[in-house]
Amino acid sequence: MRELTYNQAALEAIAEEMRRDPKVFYMSTDALPSLWNEFGADRIKVMPIAESAITGMGIGAAGSGFRPIVDWRQVTFCFVAMDQIVNQAAKIHYMFGGQAKFPMLFRASVGGGGQVAAQHSQSPYSMFMNVAGLKMFLPSTPADMKGLIKTAIRDNNPVISFESGRLMGLKGPVPDGDYTIPLGVADVKRQGSDVTVVALAWLVHEALAAADTLAAEGISVEVIDPRSLVPLDSDTIRASVRKTGRLVVADEAGPTAGFSAEVATLVTEDPETFARLQAPVKRVCALQVPIPYSPVLENAVFPDRSRIIAGIREVLRGSRAVAA
Amino acid sequence: MISLSPNLPPERQRAMLQQMLTIRRFEERASDDYGAGKIHGVVHCYIGEEAVAVGVCTALTRTDRIISTHRGHGHCIAKGADLNRMMAELYGRQAGYCKGKGGSMHIADFDIGMLGANGIVAGGIPIVTGAGLAAQMEGKGGVAVSFFGDGASNAGPFHECLNIAATMKLPMIYVCENNLWAAQTSAAQTHAEIDVAGRAAGYGIPGVVVDGNDVFAVYQAANTAVARARAGEGPTLIECKTYRWRAHTERKGQPDPRDKAEVEAWLQRDPIALLERQLRQQGELDDAVLRAMESEIAGAIEAAVAFSEASPVPLPEQATDDVFAA
Repeated sequence: MRELTYNQAALEAIAEEMRRDPKVFYMSTDALPSLWNEFGADRIKVMPIAESAITGMGIGAAGSGFRPIVDWRQVTFCFVAMDQIVNQAAKIHYMFGGQAKFPMLFRASVGGGGQVAAQHSQSPYSMFMNVAGLKMFLPSTPADMKGLIKTAIRDNNPVISFESGRLMGLKGPVPDGDYTIPLGVADVKRQGSDVTVVALAWLVHEALAAADTLAAEGISVEVIDPRSLVPLDSDTIRASVRKTGRLVVADEAGPTAGFSAEVATLVTEDPETFARLQAPVKRVCALQVPIPYSPVLENAVFPDRSRIIAGIREVLRGSRAVAA
Repeated sequence: MISLSPNLPPERQRAMLQQMLTIRRFEERASDDYGAGKIHGVVHCYIGEEAVAVGVCTALTRTDRIISTHRGHGHCIAKGADLNRMMAELYGRQAGYCKGKGGSMHIADFDIGMLGANGIVAGGIPIVTGAGLAAQMEGKGGVAVSFFGDGASNAGPFHECLNIAATMKLPMIYVCENNLWAAQTSAAQTHAEIDVAGRAAGYGIPGVVVDGNDVFAVYQAANTAVARARAGEGPTLIECKTYRWRAHTERKGQPDPRDKAEVEAWLQRDPIALLERQLRQQGELDDAVLRAMESEIAGAIEAAVAFSEASPVPLPEQATDDVFAA
């Protein structure tokens, strides 16, 4: 199969959807060359750095029959548009009794590792998960990226594409032709029987590396990539934990009220899954601090494969017997 | 005084009066029913400002799009919204425009280009600017109108959007209803320059000040702006000097710091009385016509109340409907 980078896969998905549907158009503070060259000023709207206006304009265009893509670039820049995201985009369909549809795709890169300090190294997706009315995903592979973006552009709701900054250059196989990946369907990236690791984005790759290392010791790790944050595929996560009896959640964001907390709760509040748990749930997350600049500090904050391995060993050590 | 009659047929001019009266009577009833506990939450009345919504919307077609504010009943009615479904929404009933999910602050009717009342000051300005972008991309000559208050003109989205609309030559009309008070705070305390229209100069677009209680003056300014927008020449900022007669909301006991003499002076410039006098002078209105008009409006409002009372309240399980569109 041909290979594309994570970023190329996103752009290919967008270009295909723009060819397919003339109502799709793109708003961004900088024109992306490949899209600009193909679609020009009619479909690529180069906007001033005014994210509140751009985001709101996407809502108005969506409510007027278009399918805008609003590129926030880095997630940090969308914070100045929080009124439009939280008060408007998320609520407008519900608040008006469902009378109009607001199909929108928002794009935002997330994560750290670039030594760009606190304002440009953020993983705030759980803030958005907390707002009813928004869908969102965070892929870990180029193939998932393409299929999810295409689904999101066709969805009749605001959808946020969180895109891992660390993975932009990652190459991977991408199927030819038109395909979509539904929101709300997790992908089991590796089958295993001793412990379930639920990981996002870059940490999916770190978890797979951890699984390889532990396989040499006879420890069988199942790696689940939810891909989609809202809706979140609780069935697949619970089924895996019922099988393995152990759960580690790996997230580049901090733990407090985060994605990892949500996954832990999904497992523990389900009686059948809770009954099968053999150990306390372990979260392997960033430290709860603003992300620092100096590489030594930044590396100290983020989880990686070694911390995932340590987390897995901890849940294995802490295990109890449960009735089969 | 009111400006000379515009080039509109007498029946259109009478229709403007009828709409203004409808807004006022609708809100008088809404206020009463709010006081009686039949309408919940919060109600912001537009009474005193009716000439702005009616003057502007008379210059629009059904497919043109508008957005409104928390003080939105007047814009809904002027754009042609159904009184039954409006009142039912205020009553929180299933037959309301929003199925009881929105209430007074969030009435929308997308079928008539009314993109919604909005509870966040300046929140609607970017959204309707996006509707203006949509109209430009559609290429059918449509325009979009942003109604907002003097308070919103101090917020970032106003400035961001005027710059964008001017740069992109969007078919936009920005209508500032300057009623001199943003909730409990006077424009004199919060505006560096008293005329909001002057801010248009910074974006290289026309900025005009009109008497917002003179419905013909508002109509004529809007008509000029709409023609400019339809011709692809870009946006206009219209500042309508007006006044809200009532407190910020209908909630009892809230502070109203406005000077009694200021309120009284504006009550003397009732936009409805001004239009009525003008139409009488033109020989287009007499007591019989006015009585018939009032009677028709009273009937429509009674019917809206009856419709609302007959509509079932939402079912609790409907709270989870419409979070996402299919």
